[in-house]
Amino acid sequence: MHNPQLNTNGELTHLLSIDGLPRAVINHILDTASSFLKVSHRDVKKVPLLRGKSVFNVFFENSTRTRTTFEIAAKRLSADVINLDVTRSSTAKGETLLDTVDNLVAMHADMFVVRHAASGAPHLIADHLRRLGRNDVHVVNAGDGSHAHPTQGLLDMYTIRHFKQDFSNLSVAIVGDILHSRVARSDIHALTTLGAAEVRAVGPQTLLPTAIEKMGVRVCHDLASGLRDCDVVIMLRLQNERMNGALLPSAREYFRCYGLTPAMLALAKPDCIVMHPGPMNRGVEIDSDVADGTQAVILPQVTFGIAVRMAVMGILAGN
Amino acid sequence: MSSEPAIDLPDADAQCAQLAELIRPRLQEDTVLVGIHSGGAWVARRLRELLGLHAEIGLIDVSFYRDDYGARGLRARVRPSSIPFDVEGRPLILVDDVLYTGRTTRAAINELFDYGRPASIQLAVLADRGRRQLPICADFCPWRVDLDPSQELVLSADANGRLQWSLAANA
Repeated sequence: MHNPQLNTNGELTHLLSIDGLPRAVINHILDTASSFLKVSHRDVKKVPLLRGKSVFNVFFENSTRTRTTFEIAAKRLSADVINLDVTRSSTAKGETLLDTVDNLVAMHADMFVVRHAASGAPHLIADHLRRLGRNDVHVVNAGDGSHAHPTQGLLDMYTIRHFKQDFSNLSVAIVGDILHSRVARSDIHALTTLGAAEVRAVGPQTLLPTAIEKMGVRVCHDLASGLRDCDVVIMLRLQNERMNGALLPSAREYFRCYGLTPAMLALAKPDCIVMHPGPMNRGVEIDSDVADGTQAVILPQVTFGIAVRMAVMGILAGN
Repeated sequence: MSSEPAIDLPDADAQCAQLAELIRPRLQEDTVLVGIHSGGAWVARRLRELLGLHAEIGLIDVSFYRDDYGARGLRARVRPSSIPFDVEGRPLILVDDVLYTGRTTRAAINELFDYGRPASIQLAVLADRGRRQLPICADFCPWRVDLDPSQELVLSADANGRLQWSLAANA
């Protein structure tokens, strides 16, 4: 079956999802990112790779942080970045998604960074560009519905590789609202492709997708057994809007059962790292003592995220 | 199909020693070497030993500065550049294995200036195969050779670190 992310030479031309990405492609992105990491430490934090290219951040759903990290990454590659708050402009006036895309292509866009509340929107844009024969225009998925958030998944893999080197002996626990989390899906696909020994999905039954075992993970409804002897914990953000429905009794109750406290973390291996995609809810999914503790690598994740996004854009724009 | 005329490839290790002697009289107290990945890095390491320099060498990978990115993309494995000294005000010697079109040298100079303003940059190469496309020349070079553009001159290092030349068909 044709992989919509690869061109006819098998090179990455869009980044839509980690699902279906060959291991070699993931490793190429992570290796390239380590070179870009050094660029951010220099006096001149820029390389001329994307000079003259126009990167359009097209966010149909608000996310200041993700948009900013893509903007910084594109600027460090010397691209021109245009931020469109589509929710408040064209779409509000009734323009369709693909009409918006056609307009931006007519403005000579070279790359779209797309965030959309609907799963599959970036995929739709990539298909549309293919039908137009525009193989020179690239799409990066910056989060679509509850489907995928591939650059977050890749920066999580970069972080794990940085601190643990090898995936083959690792037990990784992903804790929290996996049902609504595009990050969790991207992480699971990436960890499986990179050969992690064990991936555990930890959370209450109401927040785990049915049949998640089919993705090759071990399900734990109990935090203590989910954390025992693991090497990496990835905490997910509990979105406030989930609290009011039938899924959860209350934030306090959630923290009591699934909040990561120092006592709970002590069940994991002593050198276990704690990750979180941000923004954190202290006292809901994570205790401040853990978030600010020596095992937390949450801020390095942010730094690595810029380098990983530079690598993704640098590779796509050259293919 | 005509066979390529055979040419004798010189001993690359002996050339490193010649190159070191060309550089030696022009060394300043704070001169540092910067090797271009990967062939230039091997040669720069060898030169540092031969010249008895204390300062660490710098290594650069010019992938992010190449002018053929639009045509070739970022395919090959990019290695991190590492410049473990302050470039500002230092005399630098840029080291590469082969000087050909001059485009790699151009990219390397551009990258070095993103670390600071060096006092000077000189260029040392093991081989100069002519046919420049930019106004660049080597300050130190033990071997000038004219090869057909269909041929690629490749430096490789074996397990013991011995350097060796070979010819390959240009991809």
